[in-house]
Amino acid sequence: MAGGIKKFVVGSFDDEAVLFPAVKSVRKQGYKIHDVYTPFPVHGLDHAMGLRETSLHSAGFIYAITGTTTALSFMSWVFTKDWPLNIGGKPHFALPAWIPITFELTVLFSAVGMVLTFCYLCQLSPFVKKHHFHPRATDDLFVMAIECTDKTNDAEVQSFLEKAGAKEINVQHAETGWWIGRYDREQKLYKEVKDINQ
Amino acid sequence: MNNQFELPGSYKKWTWGLIIAGVVALLYGFIMFHPFAPVSHEGGDHVNSTRFWAVLLQNSAYWLLVVNASMFFICVTTMAMGGWQVALRRVPEAISSVVPMLGIITFLVLMGIVWGGRTDIYHWLDKAAVAKDPILNGKSGFLNPKFFTIWSAIAIVMWWLLGRKMRSMSLESDKHGTMDYETGKKWIWKNTVWASLYAVFFGLSVASTIPWLWIMSIDAHWYSTMFSWYTFASTFVSGMSLVALFIIFLKNRGQLEYVTEEHLHDVGKFMFAFSVFWTYLWFSQYMLIWYSNQPEETKYFIERIGTADKSGPYHFLFFLNLVLNFLCPLLILMKKGAKRNWTLITVMAVVIIFGHWIDFYQMVMPGTMKDHAEMMPFEFGIAALFIGLIMLGVGRYFTKHPLTAKNHPFLKESMIHHT
Repeated sequence: MAGGIKKFVVGSFDDEAVLFPAVKSVRKQGYKIHDVYTPFPVHGLDHAMGLRETSLHSAGFIYAITGTTTALSFMSWVFTKDWPLNIGGKPHFALPAWIPITFELTVLFSAVGMVLTFCYLCQLSPFVKKHHFHPRATDDLFVMAIECTDKTNDAEVQSFLEKAGAKEINVQHAETGWWIGRYDREQKLYKEVKDINQ
Repeated sequence: MNNQFELPGSYKKWTWGLIIAGVVALLYGFIMFHPFAPVSHEGGDHVNSTRFWAVLLQNSAYWLLVVNASMFFICVTTMAMGGWQVALRRVPEAISSVVPMLGIITFLVLMGIVWGGRTDIYHWLDKAAVAKDPILNGKSGFLNPKFFTIWSAIAIVMWWLLGRKMRSMSLESDKHGTMDYETGKKWIWKNTVWASLYAVFFGLSVASTIPWLWIMSIDAHWYSTMFSWYTFASTFVSGMSLVALFIIFLKNRGQLEYVTEEHLHDVGKFMFAFSVFWTYLWFSQYMLIWYSNQPEETKYFIERIGTADKSGPYHFLFFLNLVLNFLCPLLILMKKGAKRNWTLITVMAVVIIFGHWIDFYQMVMPGTMKDHAEMMPFEFGIAALFIGLIMLGVGRYFTKHPLTAKNHPFLKESMIHHT
């Protein structure tokens, strides 16, 4: 799913403590942060970036009650209507005996549902590729990508990032969406963009 | 740091109001219920004599274990090297300082029952019945007045002494300045050692023997290996709710400057999580008995819920228990916003404390009062007495000691705590 190719100014930071004020000042300046890539989950970064609270847990609740109803209604139907069995003289509608299965299905539905929803929200899937702004974002660098429009003066953004404490700054043209395939296709994309620009 | 906290007049009014109401109820019970009348299992006029002791047993055991749970909270967080709770640590400390007072009351009540020969409360006190009964005879090594007295006394004294040690170490730290790294490390280690001792003893008493002796032995033939854990979960979740209530009270008075929504959120998580934990134990106990369907085990639930043909006298309370202690916390406290809402936590804390009081009521009453399930103002009067005494003791601790452990090495961690 192509999101189109856009221009980004990418700043890499090597310290969490520098990153936070940088995020704040970049937002204050009015630049649009595309995303910040970190080697580990940084506590409070979502808040600093002004991202809204995720709805993943609400989705989880809905999956959970779906699981509960599925388990209870299926077992009620099987054991009271479809195939009533006499188990140790217990009533056919043996609610206490069903609670563990109901609980398990609740957990299963919410867990699997939330994992899939999470993957969907983050656009994660086998064979799905996305542009990497800096390979060291998975190792030891905090990488901030600022989205540019036609009017953005990227030299100004670069000097701003440098003042904010970025160690490495460059300008990249990158695909914003995801694509299915291999990373060498990304190289081709670069070439095409470079050709267009030249 | 603020000057010493002064209790507001309304707090004192409520404290003494509740204590006076409770004393009136107690006197009423003394005069009207004939607590020292000879035991009769016939019911009728004598049923109130049983009620007197059963209600005192229910309330003293419940409130003592609830206030004791707050020291357990301090000890587990200390052992886990917890930092977030330091800003509010004095609140559970204050609550646990009531343990000696309630411990003495509980001990007196238990002694009144055991040495007063209240066979209507503890069936195993009846020597003639025990001699004829192979099950009770088999348990007599454990269920006998001597062991009961000695072990109850040891338990209460140990909670008292170990709790006092934990509190005194905390108060001691106020007198000196900020600790340097080495002193702080030593101090934390000392705290951890004492906390571990407390926790081990807690496991031997509250999480095993004490609920067996005090409460499970009412139904002397019946036993459940999960009973003590279930009782512990019940009192721990109420203890956390009590901590939440006192935190909110102090916050409303402008105290506890470092306690924020983040801390409330974590206390709320304890209330939510342990409500679910309680339900897990409640249900495990119920389902295993229901499933195996052995007469000597199902008897416990038949006394409460009744049978398919005839619902038992405690039917309503039994299910009210589940609604108050499981459904309400589960559905209301599930959302993050609810755990960060001071009003909602106050309401839920009251619901949980009341709910587990009902839980203890339905643990004690069916085995003692049999079919006389009607609740009387006397029950609430005695509960008021205990609540008043807790408020008195906690209030006294608040006025005597600083409300923030300002030299605790982890205070900074607590101040910047972020959930």
